[in-house]
Amino acid sequence: MTSRVPAVEPGGLAGHLDGFVRAVRDAGVPVGISQAVDAAEILTVVDLLDREQLRHGLAAVLLQRAAQRPTYDVLFDLWWPLSDRPPVPEDDRDEAPGDGGGEADCTLDLPGSAEDLAELMRAELLRLLLDGDEEALRRLARAAVERLGRGQPSPSGQSFFSYRVMRALSPDTLVARLLSGLLAEGDRGGLAEQVARQTLRERLAAFRAAVEAEVRRRTAAEKGRDKLAKSAVRPMADQVDFLRAQAADLAELRRAVAPLARRLAVRLSARRRLAREGRLDFRKTVRASLGTGGVPVVTHHRSRTVHKPELVVLCDVSGSVAGFSHFTLMLTQALREHFTGVRAFAFVDSTDEVTRFFRPGADVVDAVQRIGREADVVAFDGHSDYGNAFEVFADRWATAVGPRTSLLVLGDGRTNYRPPGLPVLADLVRRSRSAHWLNPEPQRMWGSGDSAADRYGEVIDMVECRNATQLAEFVTTL
Amino acid sequence: MPGPQSPQFSSVADVAERLAAAGYLPDAQISTTVFLADRLGKPVLVEGPAGTGKTELAKALATATGSELIRLQCYEGLDEARALYEWNYKKQLLRIQASQGTDGADWDTVHDDIFGEEFLLSRPLLTAIRRTEPTVLLIDETDKADVEVEALLLEVLSDFQVTIPELGTITAVRRPMVVLTSNATRELSEALKRRCLYLALDYPSAEREREIVLSRVPGLAPGLADQLVRTVRALRALELKKSPSISETLDWAQTLLELGLDTLDESAMRSTLGVILKHASDQTRAAAELRLN
Ligand SMILES: Nc1ncnc2c1ncn2[C@@H]1O[C@H](COP(=O)(O)OP(=O)(O)OP(=O)(O)O)[C@@H](O)[C@H]1O
Ligand SMILES: [Mg+2]
Repeated sequence: MTSRVPAVEPGGLAGHLDGFVRAVRDAGVPVGISQAVDAAEILTVVDLLDREQLRHGLAAVLLQRAAQRPTYDVLFDLWWPLSDRPPVPEDDRDEAPGDGGGEADCTLDLPGSAEDLAELMRAELLRLLLDGDEEALRRLARAAVERLGRGQPSPSGQSFFSYRVMRALSPDTLVARLLSGLLAEGDRGGLAEQVARQTLRERLAAFRAAVEAEVRRRTAAEKGRDKLAKSAVRPMADQVDFLRAQAADLAELRRAVAPLARRLAVRLSARRRLAREGRLDFRKTVRASLGTGGVPVVTHHRSRTVHKPELVVLCDVSGSVAGFSHFTLMLTQALREHFTGVRAFAFVDSTDEVTRFFRPGADVVDAVQRIGREADVVAFDGHSDYGNAFEVFADRWATAVGPRTSLLVLGDGRTNYRPPGLPVLADLVRRSRSAHWLNPEPQRMWGSGDSAADRYGEVIDMVECRNATQLAEFVTTL
Repeated sequence: MPGPQSPQFSSVADVAERLAAAGYLPDAQISTTVFLADRLGKPVLVEGPAGTGKTELAKALATATGSELIRLQCYEGLDEARALYEWNYKKQLLRIQASQGTDGADWDTVHDDIFGEEFLLSRPLLTAIRRTEPTVLLIDETDKADVEVEALLLEVLSDFQVTIPELGTITAVRRPMVVLTSNATRELSEALKRRCLYLALDYPSAEREREIVLSRVPGLAPGLADQLVRTVRALRALELKKSPSISETLDWAQTLLELGLDTLDESAMRSTLGVILKHASDQTRAAAELRLN
């Protein structure tokens, strides 16, 4: 067992920081030169022996958004790993690893067989999950990776896997026992159980995260961190592709999109409210009055162009854009909360108005389900038919789009090789005040296969909107 | 530029202790960032959802350092005249009119006169810069202000000086500690962010929230505080339209105390749900998901 030289040797600190800053940058956090300089200054001010001070201190100068933090933390743990275990003789390996002070939880007597070992650790895990001491859970996670997480040794070094740990301990199967431990007899089924379940979910997630962090740490120590940095870092929530979002990303993604929705609404409402004010500009008025002996003959006002936004959202809710449409419907809901002037329409192969599902105060999840059940968006086979959808819209809601309307189309423009309905769309665009199309597919795919995006792009401003970052960019230009 | 100021805090632990003494329980991230702001003389930008303790941090910081709190509340339409300074227009007019009776006073004198100190209305930014005593400048809800205000803030926060054409340049004799807050309803400019230390506040850990509850609502039994905090976390996990914040947790704790409830069961929760959830649709969802009926 090797104990590596601590990653940060004296004198090499500046270079080490440099490498860290580069990794943070490579992960998609835009770190400027001045911030890199500030980071170096942080090293002179914090207590370098206190790892958490260093973590939070560097974060304060390197990060600009909350969504960057999880990525940052993964990289920080790789560049400033917990001190390696001291090399221990084979026979007292059962000393608690890591930060020391772990005597309390890991003084297990190690049995010979792997099954017994897993059983023992499982019992310990059960105890700690009931107890909820997160620090103790982290220590157990480190011990579990050491003892249960090893893969076959290979010439490239020892591998560690979190799935091995999780399979051996299968913490999910402990839930029933945990619940009966946490709840009294009469508490089952009601509020207490729901709350206990949430508490357990949090503790289990903390344990799993600790196992994954330890696997990364051990792997980096064995194989070098540079190799690991790229694969270990998941894309930040606002970089996750709308079309490829995994179930695990969805919650985080929703959180990234929520403030955007609010921001869009605030932007639009700010313009509307400011327009009414046109307040007197005192300073300009007084300055001007000097020319007329101090009498304010001319008053100056701060003025804004009057602009009362009306928004029509036309949203593809077909299967091919399921992930995307969920978020656009969230946007729609947020807009509805602030405006009466928003109308929403959804389509697959036909179009229906869905504004009613987004009454202010309605629940988004609920609205999405009701659209699926109650709205008339499928007339034929349930495959996208843009041409028909546009025609139905232009025909049934002929007055929806007028000279004060901003039109927002959301969809991938994949027509199933059916007529795209270009003239109808072009006419809608002509009649509107402004029109944009947000497309969740990368631009290089536009026009490939059954995509008519390139042709639509000739009659409407088509914008690539693959992730929350691009959505944010669009919002600022609106 | 003002010379180096003696720092207010001796260590991160010192920050934590003195904020706690002022009634604010920080975590390691908060105390470290405040410590660095003090040492490096940089503003802190605190960003996070409503009710996570952004404004309160600035207040506690003022208390902990014996500073006066100067607050600039941002809103749509906030302009230089409200944020920085303004000439007292009415008073100037009166002065001009008064001078018209006496034919002796020439225009130049009147002009110099009405752009003197006496006619200047100092607004929070200028006030904070001119103070000689310790000051915490709180620029609250920065994201509500228009983008143009950011340019003004950037100017003031980089040099801590203000130029008034009629009076000349005013430079801070003593730099205030600056806290900007934002709910992230819009992205603040890169330039402004670079000027600041960034502090993302989220809902606290269960442990810290329990401590906050116990310190703010001292009469509450620890067991009930624990139950309360875990229930609030279950509500947050539902991703409601408006997740309950620390303020709501505290209001709820206060309510339970006043009603003399000693456990948080279905009926207690049903009758007090309005204290934590403000939207009817959120209440309906929560009641269903947490099996209140
Ligand atoms: N760390 C803490 N210690 C003690 N009390 C706290 C702490 N954090 C928040 N609070 C309490 O929570 C409440 C809400 O805090 P505050 O008003 O500062 O929120 P905010 O983040 O400024 O919200 P908003 O975005 O709505 O302005 C206050 O009553 C405050 O006392
Ligand atoms: Mg506030």
